[in-house]
Amino acid sequence: MIRVLLFGRLSDIAGWRERPIEAPPRTLSELRAMLSAEDERLGEALAAKGVQAAIDKVIVRTDVALAAGMEVAFLPPMSGG
Amino acid sequence: MDVRLQAEPFDPGALLTHFCAGRSETGAVVSFTGIARASAGAVTTLELEAYPGFTDAEIARIAEAAMARFSLQDVLIVHRIGPIAPGEAIVFVAAASSHRREAFEAADHLMDYLKSRAPFWKKEHGPGGARWIEPTARDIADAERWD
Repeated sequence: MIRVLLFGRLSDIAGWRERPIEAPPRTLSELRAMLSAEDERLGEALAAKGVQAAIDKVIVRTDVALAAGMEVAFLPPMSGG
Repeated sequence: MDVRLQAEPFDPGALLTHFCAGRSETGAVVSFTGIARASAGAVTTLELEAYPGFTDAEIARIAEAAMARFSLQDVLIVHRIGPIAPGEAIVFVAAASSHRREAFEAADHLMDYLKSRAPFWKKEHGPGGARWIEPTARDIADAERWD
């Protein structure tokens, strides 16, 4: 099982913030494809400029293999202060 | 060095007084307080979302890098999360150094990074509904000044 977290506009679009996936795909890109196939609007939002992914709270810029227990977060452009 | 994320309001004056106390070796403290503002008179509430465990670690990393880059003696960053009413302080940054130039630059640098590189997501609830605020081109350019 992996956990998928959505932040900012992504969770509003998807209608969920956190979701366990019992049988996760093999890679991060396959996970994006799976989420996009389920929800076209979320797919578009995930593909938007500036959306980053973090695995176990570390930003990843390349495709990576997923393993049980991982926490995958999708992060839209950040804005603090 | 201290980094705090908190849902509770804070008193910037009290933070600054405490930060300055007992610093016989410090020549300069520069602080910045960001305040949530109502836009064009409309009553708006800001909502700051963070990623616990990630947001605090990223801000600590930014603060540590600033400590080294500007030869600081100390840094304090306090950032609100959750709903924030207009007029309330949203962020407080203080930098302590031997001389003023480094402290001024560090406070400026820390705010530029917090604005567009710290993992926060900001939603504005106004009369026309809610919208997510993303960093402006100016925010991004401000942070790039330090790259």
